[in-house]
This record gives sequence, C-alpha cells and structure tokens, in this order.
Amino acid sequence: MLKILLARLATAIPSIVGVVVVTFMLTRLLPGDPAAYFAGLSASPQAIAEVRAKLGLDKSLPEQFVAYIGDLLSGNLGNSLSTGQPVVTEIATRLPASAELTLFALILAVGIAIPLGVLAAVKQGTWIDHLCRIVTTAGVSLPVFFTGLLFAYLFYYVLQWAPAPSGRLDVFLSPPPHVTGFYLIDSLLAGDFEAFRGALGQLALPAISMAIFSLAPLARMTRGSMLSVLGSDFIRTARASGLAPRTVIFSYAFRNAVLPVITTLGMVFSFLLGANVLIETVFAWPGIGLYAVNALITSDYAPVQGFVLTMAVLYVALNLVIDLLYGLVDPRVRLES
Amino acid sequence: MLSLLRHARYVMSENPVTGLAFALFAVFLLAAILGPLIAPYDPLQSNAAMALKPPSAAHWFGTDQLGRDIFSRVLVATRLDLTIAFASVVLAFLLGALSGVAAGYFGGWTDRVVGRLADTIMAFPLFVLAMGIVAALGNKVINIVIATAIINFPLYARVARAEANVRREAGFVEAARLSGNGEARVVLGHVLPNIMPIMMVQMSLTMGYAILNAAGLSFIGLGVRPPDAEWGIMVAEGANFIQSGEWWIALFPGATLMLAVFCFNLLGDGLRDIIDPRKRT
Amino acid sequence: MTAIPALAVEDLSVEFRTRSGTVKVLDHVGFHVGKGETVALVGESGSGKSVTAFAVMGILDPAGRVTSGSAMFGGSDLLTLSERDLAEQRGRELSMIFQNPRTALNPIRRVGQQIADVLVQHGGATRNDAPQAAVEMLKKVRIPDPERRAEAYPFELSGGMCQRIMIAIALACRPALLIADEPTTGLDVTTQAVIMDLIGELAHEAGMATIFITHDLALAAEYCDRIVVMHAGHVVESAPSHALFTQPRHPYSARLLAATPGETATLADLASIPGSLPDLRRPDLPACRYSGRCDRKVDDCVRPLPQRVVGDRHIVACWNPL
Repeated sequence: MLKILLARLATAIPSIVGVVVVTFMLTRLLPGDPAAYFAGLSASPQAIAEVRAKLGLDKSLPEQFVAYIGDLLSGNLGNSLSTGQPVVTEIATRLPASAELTLFALILAVGIAIPLGVLAAVKQGTWIDHLCRIVTTAGVSLPVFFTGLLFAYLFYYVLQWAPAPSGRLDVFLSPPPHVTGFYLIDSLLAGDFEAFRGALGQLALPAISMAIFSLAPLARMTRGSMLSVLGSDFIRTARASGLAPRTVIFSYAFRNAVLPVITTLGMVFSFLLGANVLIETVFAWPGIGLYAVNALITSDYAPVQGFVLTMAVLYVALNLVIDLLYGLVDPRVRLES
Repeated sequence: MLSLLRHARYVMSENPVTGLAFALFAVFLLAAILGPLIAPYDPLQSNAAMALKPPSAAHWFGTDQLGRDIFSRVLVATRLDLTIAFASVVLAFLLGALSGVAAGYFGGWTDRVVGRLADTIMAFPLFVLAMGIVAALGNKVINIVIATAIINFPLYARVARAEANVRREAGFVEAARLSGNGEARVVLGHVLPNIMPIMMVQMSLTMGYAILNAAGLSFIGLGVRPPDAEWGIMVAEGANFIQSGEWWIALFPGATLMLAVFCFNLLGDGLRDIIDPRKRT
Repeated sequence: MTAIPALAVEDLSVEFRTRSGTVKVLDHVGFHVGKGETVALVGESGSGKSVTAFAVMGILDPAGRVTSGSAMFGGSDLLTLSERDLAEQRGRELSMIFQNPRTALNPIRRVGQQIADVLVQHGGATRNDAPQAAVEMLKKVRIPDPERRAEAYPFELSGGMCQRIMIAIALACRPALLIADEPTTGLDVTTQAVIMDLIGELAHEAGMATIFITHDLALAAEYCDRIVVMHAGHVVESAPSHALFTQPRHPYSARLLAATPGETATLADLASIPGSLPDLRRPDLPACRYSGRCDRKVDDCVRPLPQRVVGDRHIVACWNPL
C-alpha cells in the first residue's frame, strides 16, 4: 500500500516541476523590465535599480531560476508592495477562508449532483430525469459571478433571508479560537453555536453560488455513467440472481458508476478554484482569491504570482488525493500495477 | 453535402431546441455585425441627468451610473465579446489542432513534447492560469485572447491527437502517402481537413467557455478597461449597485452573457448530433 | 410424459420497439422442459434463443414486450408475476448463467462476496455464515484453493474460473431450473468440455432441469436429452437428441446438421445454409419464416405452422417435412 502511495506521489513530481517552471516564466518573462513591475508604478529609476539588484534580476536566467527555487524552498514568495508584508504569510492567513468556502461548496455540489444523477438514471423519463437534464444543460452556461450577484440581490436585498455579503462573519460576532482556521469547525469545537450559525449564514450564499456552477458536470457524468453501468452484463447477472433492487443499484451499479465521476472531480476542482476567485470578489470573502484580485488592481505583482503558485500546488495535491481515492474504490488499479 | 443538410434537418426536427440555438446564433451574429449601427444611443455617451434610471420606454434596459443607455452598451458589447471569444477559439484551434495532429500522426518525440506541454497547462486551475498570464503579459485585450487560447490548447491537442492517431493507418492517408506526398502535405492536406468536422464541434462547444472566461477576467478588472462596453465589465460595474437596489445595470449584461453561452453550448451539442451522433450523452 | 414439466413455455411472442420499426423477435414459441431433463435450444445467431430465456427470466431489455404466451413454472405463470415475486424466484428457483463470464461478474467485488450476496438475498445463509457457505460453493464447482480464491476479483481469474464462479452463484440456492446461455462460448475447447461436464454432474446430483442455449449442435447432442431447434423466432423442431441427429424432419434442422463439423466431415463436406434470416421488421412476414430459403416449399406453406407429431416426443412445425 505504501508503495502505491509513493508511486502516485512520484507521478505528481513532473506536474510540480512544470508548475514551478511556468510560474518562473510568468515572473521573469514579463514584457518590459521585470524590476519595474516589482518596484511599482511610481518608483523612481533609482528604486527600480535597487529592486533589480535586490531581487537578483540582473543575473542570467539560469542563475535566476536556481535562486527562484531556493526562494520557494525557503518559503520566500516576495513581499507585497501595498502592505510590505511577506506574501507567504498573507496567503497563509487567508487560505483557510478560501479552503472552507471551496470545500463547503464541493460537499454541497456532490451531495446534490450525485443523488440527482443516480435517480435520473434509475428513473429515466420521469420528472427527475428532466430536472437533471435541465440542470446539466443550464448549469454549464451560468456565469458564476453573475449567479452569485443574482443570489446576493435576491436573497439579501429583496428577500432579506441572507446576511449582508460582508465577509466570513457578521461584524458583531467574534471568530472562534483558531484551531483549523475553518470557522464552522472551530466554532463547534469551542461550543460557540452563535458563531457557528453566523458563519454558516455568511457561507451559505457564496457556497451555493459556487455549488450550482459545479453541479452540472457532476450530475451529467453521474447520470451518464450510471446509465452505462445499468446496461452492462454484470448488472444483468445481478438481476438474474434475484438480488434486491437496492443491492443492485447501490452495491453493484453505483460503485462501478462512481469511478468516472471521481475522475471528473479533477476537472470540477479546476473550475471551482477559478470560480473561487470570482465568488470571493462578489461577496468580499477574505480569501486568497480576493487577495489576488486586489493585488491585480494595484499592479502589485508578487502576491499575484504567489497566488498562482499556491493555487497550482493545491490543485496538484488535490489531483493526487483524487487519484488515491480512485485507487481505493477500484481494485483493478491497485492490484494490476 | 446534400445528405448532410438532410441529416441536419432531421436532427433539427427531432430536437427543436437545436433549431432554436441556430436562430439565436443568427441573432447574436447580426447584433455583433450591426450593433454599433443600430444602437439607439451612443454607448459611450454619458448623461449625468439620466443616471441610474430603471428600464423604461426610452431606455429599454435602463441607464447606468453615468447615464449611458444600457441596451446600446449591451448590444455593442456583443461585437467585442464574440470577437474575443472567436479569436481565442481560432487561436486555440490553430495551436492545438496542429500540434495535436502532429503528435498523433508522428508519435515519438513530437507526441511526448506536446503531451508534456498539455499536461503542464492542465496542472493549473485554468482560470487561475489565465489570470497569471494576463497579469504577466499586460492588461490588454489581446492578452485575454492569448490566455484563453492557451488554456484551451490542451483540449484541442488531445482531441486532434486522438483523431489523427485513428486516421494514421486509414486508407485515404495511405493513398495520399503512396501518391508521393511529403509527410507535411499528408498531414496538412489530408488528415487535418478530415478531422475538421469534429474540430468544429469542439470549437462551438468551447466558444461558450471562451465567452465565460473572457467575461470572468474582465469582471475582475483584467483586459477590457472602462469605458469600453463588454458584458463582464458591465456586470462588474453593476455589482456595485446591486446592494442599493439598482438591479438592471448588472442584470441585462449578465442575462445576455448567459444567453450567449447557452446558445453556443446548444449549438455545439446540435452540431455534434449532426456530425457524430454516437458521441451523444 | 404426463409428469408436470419443470418449465412449460406456450405460445410466447415477444416484440422489440426500435427506431426502424417493431421487430417481431419471437412468434408463438413453445416447448417443455421436464424435471431433471436437459434440453438444448439451438439455432443461428438471431434465432431468438437468448430472447426466449430473457423473457422467461423477466430480464428483457426495456424496449422488449411480451405480446402473448405463458411460461408456467412452479405452478405460476412467470410472465404475469410482479417484479418482486419474480425477483424472489430468480436465483433461487430458477437461475441463469451467461456467456462472457468475465464481463458478467461485478469487476470490483470479490467473487466470494458475489456468491455470498445471492445466499444472503434468498435466505440460503445468514450474513455471518455466508462467506463460509460461499467457500463451500467454490469447492462444489471444483475451484482449487477456494479460501484464497474467494477473495479474488474477476480480473485475477481465468475465463474458465469465472464461468465456474457464475455457476456457483447460479446454483448456490439449489434452483429447480438452470438456463445456460452459451456458457462455453469464448472458452477454449478443453475448458468447454470441463464446464459442460461440471454443469451436467451438478444438475444430475440435484435433479435440476437445464436449458442449454447454443449454436453448436454437436455440443447439444453430446450433453442434452432433447433438442429444440429455433429459426427466426419460431420453434421448428423438437426431438430427443438421438432422433434429431439420425432423423431430422425439418429442412432447416437437416441443414444445420450438415453444417455441423463431425468426426468424419471435411471442410468441403460442410455445407452452409443458403439465404439469410428474414428481416423481422417487415409487417408482411410469411407464416413460415424459413420458407424464403427452403427448397421444399409447397403451396401449403403460406398457412400457419402446424405442430406435427412425427415420433416419440418428436414434433416438427412443417407442412412438408423430410
């Protein structure tokens, strides 16, 4: 088992190498003078020269690359121009907010999409099937930032069901003591139910907006996969053996059908991490997405690059987890290698 | 060709939604071509007295914070959005299809390099990569096109590679080779045209995604700058007024955006049903 | 024979709705299987042999519909039973095994578990006893090292072993009838013989009736008491194996025999059957679907098929039998 884990980890290495190379290219191969970018828009020629020397931008590219790797390994992602703080600390502080939002949205999406897809496949032609089809067709077209805005307007401004989109927690509540950084978990751990409800309320709209966005590919894949599996030979055997419908659908069909869905999760995460940026902008959610967008507006480049690198590494790690999950469900992958 | 048209008509009668998608596509195309000519107001003309007015007979979609007519802006934005999306799709196709066909046809090193390139791009969450590219290359519209093309490259490369692989040993390719054509000629003159239908389905399907991507990037301030009219940036401008109840500023551009993406997705599905019904989901 | 048969199929008609029309796959098919008897259902691909079995088992494709007929089994008509009642019978009183054993087993479930599932479902064992009972079944189908094999997945086993697993699943609850749909197609010749022997022995031991569906007439003759010949959705002849081999009465049966490799036939001797199956979507199908390719056609052949008794348990559906 450990051997398989290590083998999977090894496949992630080329991806990490690629990510590092690309982010390096993004920082150094800017049109114009990279030093000017890092020094800021209003920097004097002297300041630019200083920045150039300090960041080693006057050295050759291979030397710069080595220095870059050294920086990464020591956790140095540069400093933000606007705050002067190290980018890596600022990202680390904001990461839990983004993680909580994205994970919550994913759980919502999976929790709705998979049952929907399964039911649509099992009860073909019924209203559930049609609902599923509408969801999958419409869902792919929804611009996530627009949906988020609409929801904010509808549920906050018009219906006043949701709290103001002003961040993770209402101004009057204080966050729970930091354990994981996830407000939902930390507030439960501290027994602070008011904070829990508050955090959940703030989380609801942005998470639902993101979830709707990723419902479509998941539901579509689940339905398609389930339909395909239900028509296969071994399901026929299971039915011919008189197994109960529940056993046939869940123990036999679903476990096989879920495999391509797990593979789809990789693509879904790619969308989610992108949607994260847009939703954080709409709802002023204090995560790394909003951090990067604000940095972009002020032409502050180090945070943007730190953000891209962090997201990419996260994504590689997530794909690794998905791979392992797949291996857990499908013994053929485990044993045949 | 005639049989293709007949088949197309059969598909559209079977699935009226596809017919609707084609009609909608025609509307958008007309809007893109004729937009600036038929817009009732100048999209850039501000009029402080008429600022923040809700939809009325004079202003169908209302006016924004500078008093500009939103309907005219949405109409004119069609050209910009469709052009950006179309340009990125064409660029992605050129880069992706050519490398993909080369990879699938020649195999070996070409295959490995193209594969490695595609994998590296896919190692990033795509929208984040687009952000990074535009940030690095500069905040201009052309860079949105380039960034969108780059993130769509792996998909085209993969489809083209698979199709070229299948056709490598096909009869017509053998024939082309045997009649003395050089490899480049065979690839460009025979394999590539043969996979065009499938590529066109791909292009139509990614048009929707390209529009979403461009709008998303301009929503967060990349690429298109005010006072240019573009759906994404208009939604961003309108976002500021949602909380005070002026819903029309963001709604109309957003709804049009949704409609356009929806149209292209349906179009892609319909094209796929016409060209290769086996791939239906 | 006046004993009540294990399965009595009468007048069974099945049609399929497809994009290009309604296909009348089965037309008034009827045959009996006595208790403990082994009957073969033979015919070309497309003759409707498997569809007959699927209709009896109630696992027809959703596009298929039974338009007439009955299948009496254990005192009730299988075709009128509710899905739940039918599911109770399936796997317990009547079982089926399929061709392509590898794909017919759940690829991500251990084989022992798959046998246990059936046992638990039909009350043959409790959840705790089931694993051991599964191992017992593996022993019964002569799988070596059964305790270890029970933990294996289908992809780790050979085709022959997978077929044994299928047999184990089918026989776990000691059914009264087993339907074997081309169980040896895709297996090598030696394994074929071994599997057929195994089924024969287990059937004999349990007094179980068996229906063998096959296109291989020689195999049918070697292992079965009686043979039912099908053509294009019709039963054209049914007779004890020996009788069919020595004296086929339907022109189609005779042709089938002539096309079957035997010990003394050379390739040149083997004759293929001229013509092809009629298009079953046609609304104007003739009463005898073989008449289009038959060289013994007479005027009477446009009338509905007769059921001529031409010997001991030997029936032929022909106006001009051999």
